[in-house]
Parts: sequence; C-alpha cells; structure tokens
Amino acid sequence: MNAQRTVRIGSGLGFYGDSWQPVRASIERGGVQYIGSDHLAELTLAILQKDRSRDASLGYARDVLPMLAELYPLGRERGVKFLLNAGGLNPRGAGAALAESFRKQNLHAKIAVITGDSVLERVDEIVAAGESLAHLDTGASIAAVRERLVFASAYLGARPMVEALRQGADIVLTGRVADAALFLAPLVHEFCWSWDDYDKLAQGLTVGHLLECSGQATGGNFGGDWQKVTDIAHMGYPIAEVGADATAVITKAPGTGGLVSFDTVRQQLLYEVHDPRNYFSPDVVLDMSTLKLTDLGGDRVEVKGATGKPRPATLKVVGGYHDGYMGEASLAYSWPDALKKARATADIICTQLQERKVAHDELHVEYIGHNALFGAVAEDDDAEDLNEVFLRMAIRSRDKKVAEGFRRMFPWLALSGPPFVTGGGIQGATELIGIWPTLVTRELVESRVTIDMIEV
Amino acid sequence: MKTRLNRIAHARSGDKGDRADIGLFAYDAQTYDVLKREVTAERVAAHFRGVATGKVERYELDNIWALKFVLNAALQGGGSRSLRIDNLGKTMGAALLRMEIEAPDSLPRLGAEKRR
Repeated sequence: MNAQRTVRIGSGLGFYGDSWQPVRASIERGGVQYIGSDHLAELTLAILQKDRSRDASLGYARDVLPMLAELYPLGRERGVKFLLNAGGLNPRGAGAALAESFRKQNLHAKIAVITGDSVLERVDEIVAAGESLAHLDTGASIAAVRERLVFASAYLGARPMVEALRQGADIVLTGRVADAALFLAPLVHEFCWSWDDYDKLAQGLTVGHLLECSGQATGGNFGGDWQKVTDIAHMGYPIAEVGADATAVITKAPGTGGLVSFDTVRQQLLYEVHDPRNYFSPDVVLDMSTLKLTDLGGDRVEVKGATGKPRPATLKVVGGYHDGYMGEASLAYSWPDALKKARATADIICTQLQERKVAHDELHVEYIGHNALFGAVAEDDDAEDLNEVFLRMAIRSRDKKVAEGFRRMFPWLALSGPPFVTGGGIQGATELIGIWPTLVTRELVESRVTIDMIEV
Repeated sequence: MKTRLNRIAHARSGDKGDRADIGLFAYDAQTYDVLKREVTAERVAAHFRGVATGKVERYELDNIWALKFVLNAALQGGGSRSLRIDNLGKTMGAALLRMEIEAPDSLPRLGAEKRR
C-alpha cells in the first residue's frame, strides 16, 4: 500500500427521511470513493416494524430505492461504493427490492446483504443459553416485556462489511450496525488495518462518528453562532480524507454551503456520546480525550490522536416493546390572556377526564409558544402578554380506545370554551414503543451473521 | 457578573433511550475553566428539575474545552414513548444555555460584547 494514499469517504443520509441531494456534490465534486449512509436512528426500527406488520416484504428504509436510483449511476462512473444500513429489520427484503429496481433501470451492481443482527426470533434461545438480556440501565428482567417485544436487534461491527467489500461488493446493505462502522469498514478494507491496531480503529471510528449524522458536522443544527453558517440551501455533507496513518481531515465538497470549523466538528464529536473516554463500539472502545482537532481554515479540520482499547465481549442490543397508545389534541388561543385561557381549557379537560373516569397512565400538557420545548426549565417572564399560545395535550393509555377517543373531548370547546380560539389539531391513537437496551455475548450473534451477494 | 451560558458557550443535545445528553463547549480556555467551576452536575440537575428525574453525570474534555452532561431518566422513558413534542430532547442543549452563572467580566466573549 502507498503510505501517502488518501481515502475519501462521504456522508450519506443521517436518518430515514434525510435528503440525499447534498450527496450529489460529494460524488460530483468531492472526489469520494465511498458513501456511508445511516438510515437508522434508535427508534427508526419502531417505524419499520409498523411497515413490516402490514406487509412482510417491507421493514426496510424505503428511501434507499430512489436514493440509489439517482446516486448509484452518478457514482458508478467514478467507482463510488455505498454502505447503507437501510436494510432495517429486513435486509433481504431491501436487497430484493433494490435488485428489482436496478433491473428495471438496467443498472448493474454487486449488492451484498448482511443479516444476523436481528435477535427477536431468538430471544428464548439466547435466554436459554444463559444470557439475562436484563435492561441495561434498570436491571429489570426481560420477562417484563418478552411478550410485547416487536423488534430486538444487535449492533454489528465493521467486520462483515469489510468482508463484503473484499468480495467485491459495490453496495453493502445491512440491518442494525454501529452507525460509525459504516465508515470504519471501508478504511479497514482500504488500508488493511489489523483488528488489534486499536488506535487506528479508534481514529476510523471517530471519522465514522463525525460523518454518521450528515449535515450535523458541517454546520447543520449548530447550537452556537448559527448565523455564521452560510448558504444552507446548498448544504454540503461532510467528507473525510483519511491517510494510512489514520489522520483525517473533515471537509466538504467545494462550492457547497455550510461550515466546517473546530466548533461545528467538536459539536458532532460529542453528539449522543455517553462517556467520551469509553465510547463503546463492536470493534473498538474509543477514548476521545486524546484527540487533537485543528482548524486548518477553508472548511478543513484535522482530526488525529484517538486512542483505542480492545472491543467489548458483548454486543449492544436494542429492543422495542409495545407500550400503549398516545392520543393528542391542540387548540390555539390568541391574546389577551392567551396562556391563562389555554390553562383554563387544560383544567376543563382534566375535570372531565376525572369525572368520566377515563383510564389513562399519563397526561401531558404543554403550551406551545410558552413551555412546550423547555418544560419546567421555561421562564415565566413574558407569560402574561404572549400574542398566542397553542395548548397541546397528550394522553397515554394501554387502551387504544381511550387514546383514540381523547381527540373527541376537544371540538366542543370552540363554541363553549374560553374565547378567541381557533385552529389546532387532533390525532387519533399512535402506538408507543418502549426501548429495551441490553447486552448479549457477541459469539451468540456473530456466529449467525451471513453475507449474501446479489449480482444484478 | 451574571451571564447566561449562551453568551460564552455553545451546545448540542441528543438522546439514547431514556437519556438525554448535552455537549457544552467553551469558545476559549479561560471560559472553559469557568464552566468547569460553575456548571457542575449538581447545578445542571437542579436546572432540569421537573424535566429529568435521574442522576446527572458530567465528563470533562480538556482537549476540546468541552463538558459532557448525561441526564438520566430525562425523556419520559425514551423518544418512542414520550408524550412531549420534543420527544428526543433536541432542544435541551438550548435549555442548558439559558442557565445563568457567575462569571468574571474579563472573559473574552463578555468583554467583546461590552465593546460593541
């Protein structure tokens, strides 16, 4: 391998529903060789599960089809490869649908499909093998939710993806994998890093973590001097230039909007991280406290110095279980006394819920325009003279009928409640999903991982 | 002098299960020392009383002038069961930036604002 060689990886989607338009610039002008695309937030599997329960061929992130129909031909001539966790709960279904879509467009590709992350069907077997699958935070027994589980997937690491790339895949489709592993895999593949070269793996994981949330590393959702982030209409997604020694530069395609600076990069570095000295992944444990970030100017930030420790003996599993239903409604009140009127209406609803003995587990009241985002942290300084306030109420119940019927408690207030009221909205029952994080001995999962290659 | 954190720091928040996490970033080393002294886990827990019911953990990253706060039991059980409009705690970083602390008026950002 040429020691001077640089591998360029670009960010794809940061969630199911994200825009892939900025990826075009990374391919056309950013010189990327790989795109890693993260379609799965923690609760996305809850959404995909609803799809799958309607139609067994679904359960994957469907945006992968139009996304690759547009981007794959663009990248094909440049040799760009794609790694995507869009398989969700059904990587094989995603692979079949993608192959079908490519055939129709007369596109040719080697598509690798990685399965084995889902353990839902194996919970009893895994418990019988001596694993507790207890809740990671509370220690509660899995028995409490066993019958209500709707998905349970382990976070796989980079190894199967590296193997898929070695076998010549142009597109790697996975289910649940550690988000950052989508980016670590091509680096391990290209540079032939050893699986016990922990510092290099830690650097690769850092790069992946910085790229897994699309525009959040290039000035999107930047909770600082956000007005310094220019031309968001033409947002550039992050690109990492990585050397064989694992030193990386985070940048974006020339001519795109956004901002890559010390501030925008370090915001993303700590995003959704618990202990920065022990950032767990299936491949390595990263210590961020040794990192050195240097702003080189011109939308370039150098990242080096990550240190790594051996991977854990367990994989993280996140399960979701049915946890009742939510019903919600909102009403809009104008000045004068907007907040007072909204509060009076909430009291009226509470009285009726009590008198009618409506069985519910929780009632949530928030005042949009006053405290819906900050809750108890909101300050009251201007509460007396607000132009307008939306009352939003949400109810949680195990009984779907209660959640469904909640919205019917509101319309009469338009004529019989406090004055200057309009608009708002009502929503029938929405299924709620509780999250069950746990650990499993990795061999129990990894021994079942498979790679299928589809040639189209 | 008293100042809100947003004049001297920036933040981003996210979620994992029922935990909210907030990164708080100083613009300079001098301010970072003040944040370390003033924005303790206990103060953050008090600030979020009524929102987060669990323990607050704090991690220090001297290499990037940042503090990481993890708020346990902060999201009504987690984003996919929460009844809140901000079910993922995306705005909790802003809620932290609203906190008022005691800071020397010699801090670079505070001085810069006075000169304006």
